[in-house]
Amino acid sequence: MKAKINTCFQTWKHAVVYMKPLPKAMLLLAMLAALLVFPLIMTQNYIIHIVINCFIYITLSLSLNIIIGWSGQFSLGHVAFYGMGAYFTALMMLKGGINFWLATLISALAVGVISWILCRPTLKLRGDYLAVVTLGMGEVFRLICNNWTAVTRGSRGLPNIPKPELFGFVFQSKASFYYLGLAIFLLTLVFVSRLNTSGFGMALRTIKEDDVAAASIGIHPVRFKLVSFVIGCMIASVAGSFYAVYLGFISPSSFEFSESMSMMAMVVLGGMGSIPGVIIGSTVLTALPEMLRSLSDYRLVIYGALMVLMMIFRPGGIWGSKNRMLNIYKVKAMGGKKKVMSGE
Amino acid sequence: MSNILQVDNLTIKFGGLTAVSEVSFQQQEGEILSLIGPNGAGKTTLFNLLTGVYTPTYGRIVFKDKDVSKLKAYERARFGMARTFQNIRLFSSMTVLENVLVAYPQVNQEGILKSVFFRGRTNFARRAAVEHCEELLDIIGLRGEVDTLATNLPYGKQRLLEIARALATNPELLLLDEPGAGMNSVEKEDLSQVIRLVTGEMGKNVLIIEHDMKFVMGISDRILVLDHGAKIAEGEPADIQKNPMVIKAYLGSGGIAEEENEREASSI
Amino acid sequence: MLLQMIINGLTLGCVYAMVALGYSMVYGVLQIVNWAHADVLMIGTFIAVTLTNVLHMPIATVILLAAGITAVIGMLVERLAYRTIKSSDRKLAVLVSALGMSTFLQNLAQLIWGSGTSQLQLFTKKTYTLGSVGLTNIQLIIFATTAVMLALLYVVVNKTKMGVAMRACSTSIANAKLMGINTNAIISLTFGLGAVAAGIGGLCIGNYYNAVYSTMGYMLGMKAFAAAILGGIGSLPGAVLGGFIMGIVECLGAGYISTGYQDAYAFLVLFIILILRPSGILGAKYVDKV
Repeated sequence: MKAKINTCFQTWKHAVVYMKPLPKAMLLLAMLAALLVFPLIMTQNYIIHIVINCFIYITLSLSLNIIIGWSGQFSLGHVAFYGMGAYFTALMMLKGGINFWLATLISALAVGVISWILCRPTLKLRGDYLAVVTLGMGEVFRLICNNWTAVTRGSRGLPNIPKPELFGFVFQSKASFYYLGLAIFLLTLVFVSRLNTSGFGMALRTIKEDDVAAASIGIHPVRFKLVSFVIGCMIASVAGSFYAVYLGFISPSSFEFSESMSMMAMVVLGGMGSIPGVIIGSTVLTALPEMLRSLSDYRLVIYGALMVLMMIFRPGGIWGSKNRMLNIYKVKAMGGKKKVMSGE
Repeated sequence: MSNILQVDNLTIKFGGLTAVSEVSFQQQEGEILSLIGPNGAGKTTLFNLLTGVYTPTYGRIVFKDKDVSKLKAYERARFGMARTFQNIRLFSSMTVLENVLVAYPQVNQEGILKSVFFRGRTNFARRAAVEHCEELLDIIGLRGEVDTLATNLPYGKQRLLEIARALATNPELLLLDEPGAGMNSVEKEDLSQVIRLVTGEMGKNVLIIEHDMKFVMGISDRILVLDHGAKIAEGEPADIQKNPMVIKAYLGSGGIAEEENEREASSI
Repeated sequence: MLLQMIINGLTLGCVYAMVALGYSMVYGVLQIVNWAHADVLMIGTFIAVTLTNVLHMPIATVILLAAGITAVIGMLVERLAYRTIKSSDRKLAVLVSALGMSTFLQNLAQLIWGSGTSQLQLFTKKTYTLGSVGLTNIQLIIFATTAVMLALLYVVVNKTKMGVAMRACSTSIANAKLMGINTNAIISLTFGLGAVAAGIGGLCIGNYYNAVYSTMGYMLGMKAFAAAILGGIGSLPGAVLGGFIMGIVECLGAGYISTGYQDAYAFLVLFIILILRPSGILGAKYVDKV
């Protein structure tokens, strides 16, 4: 029975991955169109809110995927960089009167520098050790937010964060935030896809698999790990900045370890390293708990059990780790017209 | 003829164990140098020292007239020193073509800005990279397997792929660690041809570790013999074959059977 | 005041040592970090809470039952979350599975016992004053328990056949199998012993702070894990040494610098150790074979 389900799933995925360019483009365009008109036809604000949350978490998971899935650095402190983006932007807007766009940019750059400084000494660490250290980073960040009351107001949080403005238009309505969130999600998606099919992406994958062999062909493992870590954290920072203005209020309790765990669950359950997998994982794990409100108490129990079960039965995640188009670098370089064979 | 490689008193100690002891030798440009010795003699350790995977306790490595002793592994690779591994270390989740592509400098040094923002322009360079790598695979004899995952290749072809990958970095010196291990005689013929091609047409220098004596004697210009980390002999194949110290190191007192046993034990 | 802080630090240190032993033992045998270790002890401590507060059982029974159940849960975790992982990327899969198990246990505890803090008063507190220093009976009990536990563990690991088997497994499981040792049983035993030690540590700290809550495993686990690494993971004396150092550093930090950042000291120590000397104080250096 399990074999039958697996084969069904496999064929379907195979069809999606190797779809001919024209139908594929049309499918993507259709989905894009649906996303664009969604807030105009959906009247329930609550559902729009769920979708906006999905955008945030998909962005976060895609950024975490760069770090865990592609360069194999097990980071359990991702929430810290998400939180830094939120806090920096909020503080700049509240105390400095800086506009949202500039504040987001400065936050991202600041987070980039901080993540570089934090990552540098941890590069020699592997697996569990790196996981613990990054977990520590997340915790220290939370402790700072809670204790540095002069700046962060501790557990009382920062309320009344101003709304973003663009040429006089103020982002007030749910719909406006929806489009902003959608833009962030799409930009991240394009960025991540392009990175995936680039030489940088290929080199990154070699480091994850075997960094001694990678060094033997001239790939500088340290540089790639650092850069991928920094990029991942900067994207998380942007997501945090959006979160701050969307909610209008942030506090340390939104940036606890459980968030890092959720993000990791989304990446792992969706399919570590694969973009469609991560998107599916994030959507499912963000939307489902909202829709099954009655189960919200059981959310983390289910996550935990799911993670164990997944690792036993399907370590590659829902999407699986082997379902990528082979020789995609060549396919993209040649303009997407070459037929490739499956290698599974 | 200048020296492509010059090694002086290279030594490495792991705690109390001296794995490589005061090894000095030169390799001239254009010559095929082989490194032989019983199992555990320190041959792979020497390779690791040369390529920068291990840091020596003391000693000096001069490559292309430059002291590379302080350079990191990836820097030496970029400078022109490529290698293959005793236990095949291909990127198993990638295809044959991808394994070679990722070794090509223009590909793995592709900047992020270029690949994300200037797609059109970089695609032009990418096409050139793809063509170059496919040509290389053609020469090595792997053209038909371009889309196959590296793990799905037969063993002999995996070894050839590792060589192709090393060649993609456009090295001047290619270090091959037991390229013929586990191959049958037909595959070894292909291997000989590839090596001759690499040194002849491509003009690369090759330093080989091998156990198959017939193969080594057939292909080498000079041979270097290691035993227990130290160099015990150096010279032309005919001389090495008759060298009593070499014979003693390999055959000891037990005869040919002992060497076979050692080889089997090391492959577990 | 310094002396008081050191005594308090040693008390905490004893608890950390007891929990750290489990991390080291499991790492020594399987080379994995048992992320669910501390959550197992949390469950055991909660069971003690229920046994004494709700069922009013005598102290000795409570301790024995709680320790026993903790051992069983520890062994179950190994059976369900680790032994079943057969994926090719085993290390990563085990890590994720362990984290999943940890999350599962923490939230399960929350569902069963609520997210509030429960009380654990197996022994009522009595303070003795010796000059300028105050010492409670609970602290004395913790010291005594630790001493007994360490002595027992020493005897088991070094003087019994089982201990030899355990040490064989931590050197090489493959070779241990070849020697006819039932490695699965030894692994289960290792998890069980580690869980018992940790469980008793949980009872101690639950009683000491008079607080048992579903996330107590989290911080306690972090600190004990840091202690195990500090001492050299895989080394049992190292785990104990690391535990003591961790406890004292935490109390000194809380006393002289600030209590708000109390939990951060563990991470700071961890960070520094892993950067400077990942093998810890008493651990062995590991060379990667190419």
